[in-house]
Amino acid sequence: MSLLTIIYAGLFYAATAMLVGGLAYKIYGYWKTPAPLKIPTTPAPITPLGAKLRVWREVLVFESLFKSNKWIWLFGILFHFALALVLLRHLRYFTNPVWEWVVLIQPFGKYAGFAMVAGLAGLWGRRLVVERIRYISTPSDHLMLLLLIGIGASGLGMKFVAHTDIVDVKSFFLGLMHFNLQPLPADPALLVHLALVATLMVIFPMSKLLHAPGVFFSPTRNQADNPREQRHLAPWAAELDK
Amino acid sequence: MAKAEFEVPSYRKLPTIPALKEGATAHVKPYVADAAVQDALGYPGELVEDWHDKAIGRMGELLDKYRSLRVYLDACVHCGACTDKCHYFLGSADPKNMPVARQELMRKVYRRYFTLPGKLFPGLVGAADLTKDVLDDWFTYFHQCSECRRCSVFCPYGIDTAEITMAAREILNTVGYGMKYTNQILGKVLKIGNNLGLPGPALEDTLQGLEEDIEMDTGVAVKMPLDVQGAEILFVTPSADFFSEPHVESLIGYAKVFHAAGASWTLSTHASEAGNFGLFNGSYEQMRKVAMRIREAALELGVKRIVVGECGHAWRVIYSMWNTLIGVGAGGTDPFAIELQKQLDPRFKQPMHICEYTHDLIQRGVLKLDKSANDHRVVTFHDSCNVARASRMGDVPGGQFTIPRDIVKATCNNFVDMDQDTIHEKTFCCGGGGGVLTDEVLEIRVKGALPRMEALNKVVENNKVNFMATICAICKAQFTKVLPFYGFDMGMVGGVHQLVSDAIVLGDKE
Repeated sequence: MSLLTIIYAGLFYAATAMLVGGLAYKIYGYWKTPAPLKIPTTPAPITPLGAKLRVWREVLVFESLFKSNKWIWLFGILFHFALALVLLRHLRYFTNPVWEWVVLIQPFGKYAGFAMVAGLAGLWGRRLVVERIRYISTPSDHLMLLLLIGIGASGLGMKFVAHTDIVDVKSFFLGLMHFNLQPLPADPALLVHLALVATLMVIFPMSKLLHAPGVFFSPTRNQADNPREQRHLAPWAAELDK
Repeated sequence: MAKAEFEVPSYRKLPTIPALKEGATAHVKPYVADAAVQDALGYPGELVEDWHDKAIGRMGELLDKYRSLRVYLDACVHCGACTDKCHYFLGSADPKNMPVARQELMRKVYRRYFTLPGKLFPGLVGAADLTKDVLDDWFTYFHQCSECRRCSVFCPYGIDTAEITMAAREILNTVGYGMKYTNQILGKVLKIGNNLGLPGPALEDTLQGLEEDIEMDTGVAVKMPLDVQGAEILFVTPSADFFSEPHVESLIGYAKVFHAAGASWTLSTHASEAGNFGLFNGSYEQMRKVAMRIREAALELGVKRIVVGECGHAWRVIYSMWNTLIGVGAGGTDPFAIELQKQLDPRFKQPMHICEYTHDLIQRGVLKLDKSANDHRVVTFHDSCNVARASRMGDVPGGQFTIPRDIVKATCNNFVDMDQDTIHEKTFCCGGGGGVLTDEVLEIRVKGALPRMEALNKVVENNKVNFMATICAICKAQFTKVLPFYGFDMGMVGGVHQLVSDAIVLGDKE
């Protein structure tokens, strides 16, 4: 077993542990912290089901962002949907046999990589050109975009420029999943791609990428507008009534 | 036109977004509360020596108590959706008045002390130590936010800057760096029972005077009952309604409505304030303490219903939080809530807005309204931020927009709405909400009013609007002060029930 394989195997085990552990820790924190007051941004749905649908509209069609700014919405939705498609396409490296629907989306997923990079480029362009957004950008905001574009570009490079041996890549990842290490091809584009992905996994639970779980816990979006009909009380606040 | 010591912004030809002017309103800050004011609320009288550790400690506590704060400090991606949505930014061009930049004042400190990347690589992720300069920035810019929630409408994660502002003010108070205006008023309401510090006998006197005025005016003996044991309705209204112009015109309107409906109602000296500045400070305990006077009065007088007057942030607390804070509402299963809720009549919404009350009477044909009494007016309606984005009226979402407009339209022949992007959920704050209604920060109040003044100016020019109705005591006071800076008459603003008052035909008159 080459040193390279061992390093990358270790890297992915560590990154997976940090991603899962870190996210579980953050989500547990959101979950156990109460929202003591009713603060939905109104007009809001008056039933809990309506509030759930509102959250899903935020997740699936970026409802509020659409109200705000059509350009950010366009680039944002382009990037996120392309990324989703690309991620689903990658399931073929982790399943054997490959699920039927994953096979079906391959042709779309292949080109979604371009849409993803285009969306990212649009977002970065705004970050650089629009004075207000440039003002609020931190170095990490730029690096995050660079990282995602790096992942997209290295992936596209392997698909459309210099092919890597995906059969070996697949056996490496299936091996990881079954704790039975298989050699990883020493292809530079692949190594860059995987290293960047592992980096993304590590920083996910301690960066702004927490917007992904965060949106589900946002009280202004997930609360129903029914304060007169139901008494809403947090445990720490209930103590005051005693 | 009123004279200003600062530049009053001019109307934009198109709704362009201003270029950034770093530090444009850095000099605008409220007076710091003195020891006496702070003491009354149980806060340190001056900035404590260990303010740094105490502030970080308090932040940690709040992160454990408020999910909103915990999620919102993590979730922002700096997408820029909110950057052009704040009226204070649009009017001042100060970049720290962009909602995300305002949030960053706290978020950078959060990152430094509560996140791993912020501890390891502060420069990279935009983390910063809590220095005295940062604390001063907090004091300045968290008092240039009116907690109006306009930014939260447009945020893809629903991040509400008001939640951050409230937390920041609570931390500032905890370390002895409070704001005079809000804290002084809280002291008054806790001690005397209303924001104006109006004692019981003075209130009685005022109401008697008003009764005489109405009778002289209409020939009808409209009463304003006070502390009536066993009345059906306890009516609670912002104390500004007792004294200020144009507020008092609405108070007269409420009284006429109750009279026409033949209602059994009463005001209370103990609960003579609907406003609740505890909200502005983000203090649950203070909010509860202020609201508790209403619960006590309701229990003591044995009322069946609680109806409240025109006020924006007050209605937010009343509608969204009274059930939580003091059990005014329905559905309670604990002894504290049941004690009050078994007394209240479940056939009615509890608490109820005066607009819901009046609207229902109009629907049922109980009120006789003569629209022509308002024929000298062309009316528009300003949605108050906290009513629009933090509450509801009636049974369906958006009732807070239709119900007051329905009332206005029932009282006059000429009504026109302002630009669609400046009403309903997209309404602009008057510029004086959230504890900012104090003269030492007049500059930011005038600048923050710009977007509303632009929209108003349009309907003044195109439709000859000469009256802007609103249902908030702070909006009324703010516009009265600020309208002249933009060349308008300060008498242009008034309450919805001022229109009702002018149009209502009292039965026993004919």
